[in-house]
Amino acid sequence: MLLVVEQFLNGLQFGLLLFLLAAGLTLVFGIMDLVNLAHGSLYMMGAYFAATFAAWTGSFLLGALMALGATLVLGIVLEVTALRHLYGRDHLDHVLATFGLILFFNEAVRLIWGPAGLALPLPAWLTVPVPILPGIHYPAYRLAIIAVALLVALLLYLGVMRTRIGMLIRAGASNREMIGALGINIKLLYTLVFGLGAALAGLAGLMQAPILTVQIGMGENILILAFVIIVIGGIGSIRGAFLAAIFVGMIDTLGRAFLPNLLRQVLSGAAASTAAPALSSMLIYLLMAIVLVVRPEGLFPANRR
Amino acid sequence: MKSLSVSKAVTALMLAGLVLLPLYSSLSGNVFILTLFTRIVILALAAASLNLIMGFGGMMSFGHAAYLGIGGYAVGMLAQEGVGSGFIQFPVALAASAIYALVIGALSLRTRGVYFIMITLAFAQMAYYVASGLARYGGDDGLTVYKRSDFSGLINLSDRTQFYYLCLACLFGVIFLIWRIVNSRFGLVVQGLRSNEQRMQAIGFPAKRYQLVCFVISGTMCGLAGALLANNTDFVSPAVMYWTRSGDLMVMVILGGMGTLFGPIMGAVVFLLLEEFLSQITEYWALIMGPLLLLIVLFGRGGIMGMLGRAGRG
Repeated sequence: MLLVVEQFLNGLQFGLLLFLLAAGLTLVFGIMDLVNLAHGSLYMMGAYFAATFAAWTGSFLLGALMALGATLVLGIVLEVTALRHLYGRDHLDHVLATFGLILFFNEAVRLIWGPAGLALPLPAWLTVPVPILPGIHYPAYRLAIIAVALLVALLLYLGVMRTRIGMLIRAGASNREMIGALGINIKLLYTLVFGLGAALAGLAGLMQAPILTVQIGMGENILILAFVIIVIGGIGSIRGAFLAAIFVGMIDTLGRAFLPNLLRQVLSGAAASTAAPALSSMLIYLLMAIVLVVRPEGLFPANRR
Repeated sequence: MKSLSVSKAVTALMLAGLVLLPLYSSLSGNVFILTLFTRIVILALAAASLNLIMGFGGMMSFGHAAYLGIGGYAVGMLAQEGVGSGFIQFPVALAASAIYALVIGALSLRTRGVYFIMITLAFAQMAYYVASGLARYGGDDGLTVYKRSDFSGLINLSDRTQFYYLCLACLFGVIFLIWRIVNSRFGLVVQGLRSNEQRMQAIGFPAKRYQLVCFVISGTMCGLAGALLANNTDFVSPAVMYWTRSGDLMVMVILGGMGTLFGPIMGAVVFLLLEEFLSQITEYWALIMGPLLLLIVLFGRGGIMGMLGRAGRG
């Protein structure tokens, strides 16, 4: 029981974290039609910035806030200097160009911070276990991640669906020329959207940093997960990304936790313990394959045009 | 016409260079360059196979590295089990890649565009995790191939020059095959499907079947590259299938010129030489390589082949 609740919360926490990453990816993808492989690099930069700033200021929160700002600025610089010139080009061009950016960021990090990973220690008040049910404790920091991610998801939803900027963003997604003709500065709008996406990736990275080591290439595995999520959810759909992210986070976490035991019921111990890690890593790709075969447009395709 | 001659001349020069390379290597005593170019030729073969579906067929496979791994593991696993004959290893490698491509292709071709890119990527990642789970064959750590494929004295794969020429012959064979395919009725249908699938279907061509056959041919060719690669490095590991490797192959194709016969070779040569050259100058070579790719995308449309064409006209 204890394990089930704990793993369930872990799944939720991982899913919400994935959502932050996937939301930025799907915004940029759905609105600007830009395939950004370097999104994982922004996640990595968020983690490195946070570890650095926290060490400088001696405060976790201050460091996290500064890192958030820094990834936002980095995203804007990236959009203005490079990615802006790729709109309207072939998806393959995007893949190649942003693949180059991955190489660049990984190497830049190696140059600046060195090849060894960094650690981002948590302040004492975030490490305490919090009682959530009678007899069941859960780490405060993971609860904080869940709270922050839910809050951001809500703000994002309200921002996109209820504000004027959100309306422009949605309009820009369905007809770029029209919104430009209406006198809206579409260039600025795109820059802002990209910056927002970068900040979301940075937020995911800096929040994950205390749990994992901050290291080079940390964005690459998780980027693929984020892509899986937006494909399952339907490209360009925030709601789809949210549901798919929770789903993928759960399946991944629960699969890793319980699959070995399940397999042990049918296979010999040795066979089960070798098959389980591979199978649990495969689960979400299997899920994506099934979804795409059944619904090639994803589960919750965005209503477009 | 003049534009054609510039890119043709450069291509001919490059091919001649590849053929004469062992001669230079033995004259100058530079063994390293032969090792380097064996690797380049093998990856050029993989890039050429990707170009068949990507450049001519319009199918953007982002999981092509999976075939490198499958071909490589076929050789490695058979060697581990005591089957050293290349006459068994290579056909098994090709057959395994073909079967994988058939299954993956049949599923992936239900989607298109970005979804196709992503689903091929997902399947390759699955293959990656399967290989990581193969405890008997090294799991994450990979599998050492202690003995290269044995062709009963016909070719000795342990001899650098012979192995290089085998790889080069495979590359030229594959390029010749692609040339024949692209100019055949089958190839024309596949290229027609790239530009307008609906119209081709309306004329009465079973679109998916044509694309699937092309997909399988491409995968099989890349499996050959995988079998050669395992022999070259005497090692195969899941890392061969990691998604960034598929990205590398894509970069080679686009860099060289997508949809041109010799573009992928050019792309592989330039990409891997640049990597080698830059890594000699600085440990942080990717710092230059990354932005360089970006610049090539921004200003060099059509890849090197396209630029050569424009240079000729200019």
